[in-house]
Amino acid sequence: MFGKLSWSAIPINEPIDMIASGLMILAVLGVLAWVTVKGHWPYLWKEWLTSVDHKRIGVMYVVLALVMLLRGFTDAVMMRIQQSISVGPDSGYLPPEHYNQIFSAHGTIMIFFMAMPFIIGLMNFAVPLQLGIRDVAFPTLNSVSLWLTASGILLTNLSLVIGEFARTGWLAYPPLSELKYSPGVGVDYYLWALQISGVGTLLSGINLATTILKMRAPGMGYMRMPVFCWTSLASNLLIIAAFPVLTATFAMLLLDRYLGMHFFTADGDGNPMMYINLIWVWGHPEVYILILPCFGVFSEVVSTFSGKPLFGYRSMVAATMAICILSFIVWLHHFFTMGAGANVNGFFGVMTMIIAVPTGVKVYNWLFTLYGGRVRFQVPILWSVGFMVTFVIGGMTGVLLAVPPADFVLHNSLFLIAHFHNVIIGGVVFGVLAGYTYWFPKAFGFTLDEGWGKVSFWCWFVGFYLAFMPLYYLGMLGMTRRLQHYDDPSWQPWLIVAAVGVALILAGILALIIQLIVSIRTRDRRRDVTGDPWNGRTLEWSTPSPPPAWNFAILPHVEREDAYWQVKRRTREERVAAAKALVYEAIHMPVNSPTGFITAFFAVVTGFALIWHIWWMVALGLAGALATTLIFAWRDESEFEIPAEAVAQADRTHQDAQWTGAAP
Amino acid sequence: MAETDHHAPDGIPHDAVPLDTAPGDSREELLASLKVYIVGLALAILLTATSFWAASTHVLWPPGVPIGLAVLAVAQMGVHLVFFLHITTGPDNTNNVLALAFGVLIVFLVVAGSLWIMANISANMMPLEMMDLHHQH
Repeated sequence: MFGKLSWSAIPINEPIDMIASGLMILAVLGVLAWVTVKGHWPYLWKEWLTSVDHKRIGVMYVVLALVMLLRGFTDAVMMRIQQSISVGPDSGYLPPEHYNQIFSAHGTIMIFFMAMPFIIGLMNFAVPLQLGIRDVAFPTLNSVSLWLTASGILLTNLSLVIGEFARTGWLAYPPLSELKYSPGVGVDYYLWALQISGVGTLLSGINLATTILKMRAPGMGYMRMPVFCWTSLASNLLIIAAFPVLTATFAMLLLDRYLGMHFFTADGDGNPMMYINLIWVWGHPEVYILILPCFGVFSEVVSTFSGKPLFGYRSMVAATMAICILSFIVWLHHFFTMGAGANVNGFFGVMTMIIAVPTGVKVYNWLFTLYGGRVRFQVPILWSVGFMVTFVIGGMTGVLLAVPPADFVLHNSLFLIAHFHNVIIGGVVFGVLAGYTYWFPKAFGFTLDEGWGKVSFWCWFVGFYLAFMPLYYLGMLGMTRRLQHYDDPSWQPWLIVAAVGVALILAGILALIIQLIVSIRTRDRRRDVTGDPWNGRTLEWSTPSPPPAWNFAILPHVEREDAYWQVKRRTREERVAAAKALVYEAIHMPVNSPTGFITAFFAVVTGFALIWHIWWMVALGLAGALATTLIFAWRDESEFEIPAEAVAQADRTHQDAQWTGAAP
Repeated sequence: MAETDHHAPDGIPHDAVPLDTAPGDSREELLASLKVYIVGLALAILLTATSFWAASTHVLWPPGVPIGLAVLAVAQMGVHLVFFLHITTGPDNTNNVLALAFGVLIVFLVVAGSLWIMANISANMMPLEMMDLHHQH
């Protein structure tokens, strides 16, 4: 009746597991109870959970990402504590099988459930506003994408309470991940969670790419798009090209595990090396899927806070698109030591060094934008400058690792761990936090506290160096990754320094939380009435903060790049004349739909049933998802009308605030 | 989700329109596009039938059959792209052509790269004939 599921699936005998799951359940129940007691359910359901508004979907993505940042960071803290004490006779506090689950969960959560939702959330929020349009191409599909991502997150966290998670590392290499060596449900949790959220990611990639290609404001040609839209376009093209490879690779591993096939088994003519090849065909573009939108954020921030147009806009676009193609011909550098000969290794090593060139172009463009500008050192620019310094170091160790002979010495060591955390924390995390600070006032109508933001930045920045520079050194001493225990006592001081660094990053995360609480409590003092708190240059700053559901009362006519800057340069008379000439019309907006939420509910049911081999429940879940789709397809009302008077009134109020509140 | 338009296309009442229409489509255009689909279907069937015939017949020179099948398969792809997916060289079709080119490029890179890598993966192994398996017990 319940497949492999029984009471023994709940890890009663493992205190750390039980405490962690107990705390998690208490936190979830606490939030649910608070929402129920306060009577927020109708508001939450009508305004958020069923919303198809790209801004709200973007905000929900970012909320998911921030929660998962806490979860993934907890894993990091546990690993750092374990490694700082587990030397010689002392075996630490985490048994090996638990330690293996923790590093697997840390990587999976941080990449798929922290970085990806954060990036997709920022793109969802900002891209339609920057393009001067009212929504994405497929609003309801957008909600489906969000909730499928949430389904994957739910399944991963469920594994903490019921069953176990994969112990195979974040990419689940076979033959270890095959049924023979991982007979438990851990790998199945991993695979189904990522299959479901992967579909969500692919759908949102298609959605955003279509939006950028087909739905720009009148006059916004490609070469007038803000750079963030360009990098988002490149990132979404990469999602469309790369995520099907991931889905197909996981599907083959699932066939091996469920139907006894032999794609990647060590016997039966299977070849595990093919899995490693295919997973990195996805894996390397994935790196650029994450970093390209962050490059876009930095471009916007550097230009805005220097009060200058971006230096070398065209070269920035060219570099972005060059990276988009080149990222598909470097994947072998993730497995130089798997056995390929000098020709193949040499080719991919050279390509890897070449891809550093367009990235270097971008760094110079940002530097030249800062040069000669009146730079305002507010929180977003701190993240950007911190990024430039840190990312260049990470890029250089990357070029070093691109040399195959050097890689033979350093591969699988802590040097590699230090390198990719150097580019992912220094690039992606700093980037999304810059974007979070930059667009927060646009989303909520008040700015984030400056002081706590600076505290957070400095803790993250210094903490990063303390936590990861020792790992470079340990890697060169020969310490390999994923060690639950080691014998050499001379490594311990460095690992203690790394643990101190993580404590400092913890302080940075706490500062972010305090910043949010302080900013909410003092929001009346920090209202953004003009809609343009940073003296911005692109169209999102021409809307009120927060923008109305329809974003723009009248779609803007774009005449050149930095569209809003051009509007602000007009004289008062020109503005008044333009305002008088406006003719408001009724606006049609898509109605909210619970389709995404309900589809995702059935996706969770299906995924859970597949993991535990409960076949009747699989059928039930699939039937439910199909029925939800059909009901949506036969809907009668897809849009509602906002009358012209309401639009006109809202827009005139905003224009008054806009031009009296701020002097550009 | 393509939002359905509530207004009938110019001059044509809803019930007279046989197919799914976009605003501004006239009846002549609809019939013309139907003709395109029929021509495409006929060509696709013809190419499929030819493939089956080539595979089963003994009239052809046997080593040439696989090459012939490959040519027919590529022609089949062309028919699908032109008649069903409406890839043309027209100026309004740049996005589709670019998307196709990007897709073909990525598929080529992934397939060719994987074949090259997997063929080379044992480059550092000792050749089988040099391994003296008899000495291993």
